Amino acid sequence: MSGIIRLHFELPGNDLMSAGEASSSVKKKLNQLGINPAAVKKAAIAMYEAEINAIIHAGGGTLAVTITKDRINIVISDHGPGIADLDLAMQEGYSTAPDYIREMGFGAGMGLPNIKRNADRLEIKSAVGQGTTVEITVFF
Amino acid sequence: MRIKEIAEILEATIEVQGDSLDLEVEAAFGSDLMSDVMAYVKDSVLLLTGLVSPQVIRTAEMMDIKAVVLVRGKKPDRCMVQLAEEKGITLLSTKDTMFVSCGKLYSMGLTGKGVRE
Repeated sequence: MSGIIRLHFELPGNDLMSAGEASSSVKKKLNQLGINPAAVKKAAIAMYEAEINAIIHAGGGTLAVTITKDRINIVISDHGPGIADLDLAMQEGYSTAPDYIREMGFGAGMGLPNIKRNADRLEIKSAVGQGTTVEITVFF
Repeated sequence: MRIKEIAEILEATIEVQGDSLDLEVEAAFGSDLMSDVMAYVKDSVLLLTGLVSPQVIRTAEMMDIKAVVLVRGKKPDRCMVQLAEEKGITLLSTKDTMFVSCGKLYSMGLTGKGVRE
């Protein structure tokens, strides 16, 4: 692979049916590029959980992907309510999700821990009332 | 065990054929929580769930899961069927409960391997 690939997606807010489409497209791209399957799966899980978070907690946002020879960098940004206590949010089992999210199979407080487990590098910037930016890097 | 045999053991209906009913799986994971599927599953397994949502298929896609069984007589909605067809994922439906489905498959040789401890 030569050069840098950049992809950009708008994540529509509260559109639960299309949630995951951006991650699906990126996963397909990584497979087409012949990236090793273990790295593809790590990136796919982290990205999908972050995409779901932006859609269910923040009314949507954007997902920007940069793929280079040795890594994928994923930046998910939203203008939602922000995370008041990041340490608490990182704990397995802690959740502020409403019931209808649980009916989709999410909202049990596993999302951020799942992202952390699969990202080789993770940076979360959040301000209450302003939004959250999650930056995930997975090395190939 | 082939997907076809799993359908027979569970007396399941084939809601979406997917890429192949001859595909072999060695292990299975049962959960209604998709985040737990992503937290615990490592390898390509059979997924059993009582959750009817397109996010089940999305999760299967992310996890390289090729076949999903809906338990407790649940039937997929149109959105789920459409997405499973698009992604080549087999979708079965059985009247058995989660406990009974898992018990039948375990006793016939499917394992809980491929899952993070």
